[in-house]
Amino acid sequence: MNASVILAAIMLISLVIYSLLGGADYGAGFWDLVCSGPRKQGQRDLIAKAIQPVWETNHIWLILLVVLMFSGFAPAFSAISVALAAPVFLILLGIVLRGSSYVFRAYFTGSVRTQLYWGKIFSISSSLTPLFLGIVIGAISIDNVRVNDGISENGFLRAWFHPFPLVVGVLSLSLFAYLSACYLTVETDDPALQNDFRNRALFSGFVSMLVAFATYVFAGNFALEIRNGLSRAPYVWLVEVGAAIAALVAFQALWSRSYPRARIAAAAQVGLIVIGWGLAQYPYLVRPELTIFNSASPPNILVDIEIAVALGAVILIPSLALLLLIFKRDGKAISARVDKTVSEAFTRGELL
Amino acid sequence: MDNLLAARSQMGMSLAFHIIFATIGVSLPLMMTIAEWRWRSTGDPAYLLLAKRWAKGTTILFAVGAVSGTVLSFELGLLWPRFMQYAGAVIGMPFSLEGFAFFTEAIFLGIYLYGWNRVPGWFHLLSGVIVAISGVLSAIFVTLANGWMNTPTGFDMVAGKFANIHPFVAMLNPAGIPEAVHMVLAAYTAAGFATAGIHGWLLLRRGRNRFDEVAIGIALLVGGGAVLVQSVSGDALARMVAARQPMKLASLEGQFQTETGAPLRIGGLPFPDERETKYAIEIPHGLSLLGFHKYNALIKGLDQEPQSDWPNVRIVHICFQIMVGCGSLLSLFALAGGWLAWRKRPLTEHTRFIKALVLVSPLGFVALEAGWMVTELGRQPWIVYHLMRTKDAVTSMPNVTITFTVMTALYVILGVLVVWLLSRHVIAAPETKQIEHPEVLI
Repeated sequence: MNASVILAAIMLISLVIYSLLGGADYGAGFWDLVCSGPRKQGQRDLIAKAIQPVWETNHIWLILLVVLMFSGFAPAFSAISVALAAPVFLILLGIVLRGSSYVFRAYFTGSVRTQLYWGKIFSISSSLTPLFLGIVIGAISIDNVRVNDGISENGFLRAWFHPFPLVVGVLSLSLFAYLSACYLTVETDDPALQNDFRNRALFSGFVSMLVAFATYVFAGNFALEIRNGLSRAPYVWLVEVGAAIAALVAFQALWSRSYPRARIAAAAQVGLIVIGWGLAQYPYLVRPELTIFNSASPPNILVDIEIAVALGAVILIPSLALLLLIFKRDGKAISARVDKTVSEAFTRGELL
Repeated sequence: MDNLLAARSQMGMSLAFHIIFATIGVSLPLMMTIAEWRWRSTGDPAYLLLAKRWAKGTTILFAVGAVSGTVLSFELGLLWPRFMQYAGAVIGMPFSLEGFAFFTEAIFLGIYLYGWNRVPGWFHLLSGVIVAISGVLSAIFVTLANGWMNTPTGFDMVAGKFANIHPFVAMLNPAGIPEAVHMVLAAYTAAGFATAGIHGWLLLRRGRNRFDEVAIGIALLVGGGAVLVQSVSGDALARMVAARQPMKLASLEGQFQTETGAPLRIGGLPFPDERETKYAIEIPHGLSLLGFHKYNALIKGLDQEPQSDWPNVRIVHICFQIMVGCGSLLSLFALAGGWLAWRKRPLTEHTRFIKALVLVSPLGFVALEAGWMVTELGRQPWIVYHLMRTKDAVTSMPNVTITFTVMTALYVILGVLVVWLLSRHVIAAPETKQIEHPEVLI
């Protein structure tokens, strides 16, 4: 396989992981915004508990995506940075606002009113950022981004302010909200709270299906290439069918309150939708001019980057496995007791 | 403000904040690990409390640093699309590796923070060590990329474009390693002295207490140790600059004429139009000695290049003097502190020493920012030294002034917030129950 294709695949995987982890964080912010009903505070607390400040590191997947793009496909990165400067800047604004307001809210110890105020900033910026992320995805899927010698031919607004990117923006937000609601059902043992987020998941899942349908219709008018891409090769169909099955499983699981299964199925559904987009976009990075072949760095660089990524993964994957092993296994009490004995021995100097 | 100036200001502002967040984020893990190690070997609860506090500080700065780092990775393209288009392939490698270092740091920070009860003590300590090491690696990788902009290597120029690129050669460029070492030591110095100073001030206010004393001990060891090694690293860096970027050396020293046996100027103010640096204390042959370790070495002056290609000599020279001045003062202070400590009385008994510590403690950060101004402004008007001009790399997007203004306002708020959080969570006086019953901490 070609080095460009491999690097593009790695980028697509990063995008999928970012959607599944970072996307759910954005979605949680959205639910924070629309908390309602008798358990309003309970919902807020659950959201705050579910996303820890450390999870701001989910953005690293986005950084990785950006870095791989400018190392491997510099002209495409440059074109996006010029023509889509406005939505990209708004994404940055959103990331800064939500990150800082979240950290502040998490550690703030003063008045409840101030805390609520920061919470509002957090939830509004969390809801707006996915819109613009989706707009960028939508804009590189249609033929509006044309950059010549550093000048955007369609200006800085017309390159993205267009029905198709906007509807993709709404689709991203609804998918992230849906994903997040599914995750949140598993984060609590309180059946009432679980039920709140189950209903939200069902509702947002339904909305995202409608928006997905609208996207498909809009694609017929504005983004015919990507629609053709969706019906081009047999394996794309396979991914689409997979996404549909995952959606059905997720809905059934939500309906019957099997939350762990719903979480996995919803993640599979969103992941497959992103992969489906990536396959339909192939071989383009930025339509209509830049493909992963004509904008690629020389092969030796691509190979070097891929070696670096492979080495990184060799360190990363066992560490990640270790992290999950430590925090997701049962028997917390036993290990705490063992550790207490060990630390007491340490304290007495017996182990040193 | 024209677009170029606005773009430079936005990049500079973003980096100026990020460098502070990142610096503290690199140094706190080292200090927190030392504190935990001291707790495990002595059983002194003050150390445990300190490790906990510094771990919390690391978390806050890690989250904020992740945010400001995301901004920077995008701004490279938003503000300098043409630079990224041509050079992205060459400098991508250190950035990719940095991503993985950051991931590792995140994972082990997670284990460190939430694993006090869940992993054996030795493994917990090891996690702290890994957090500290990966933080340093991140700093090194990013600085290597900056090094490349100063001494670009690892490619051939063919028809105005980079060709035959070797990413690892580019990454290990001549300026990269000495710059990276200098940066990491600067981070330890700045954060070490600042932390020691804050606890010194608290010690004077709340009277002698174990918590502030051990904090000063560790922070001063890290900051003082680093600043003493820094002089060696600074010498290596200066000789690299002398050999590879003679015009940068000339501007930071205010050397207008090419001469052998050039003097070292301490202080002074360069007058570019008169091509002279006035009011400086000149040490004969000093610059030749420092730059090449030779009494009569030839030092190229700014006269080698047209004035339109000079950086802003006045600002660069002043920043350089500030950096060297602060560094020297801190070195002296570290030596004095070491001597006092060797005299076997706890440092914290010397009230005068603690007062002096409070006074000098911000100088590490002053030197850090000044040094960073030297390296960035000293490279101008080039974004890639002698290959691409900054003005040719800037975006065609209009109204950069607006994004600059918005981002500045945001970062100011973010900065205030971080300071407030640190004061609340990291340096606040411990509660009595925390000192007497440290097990409530675990």
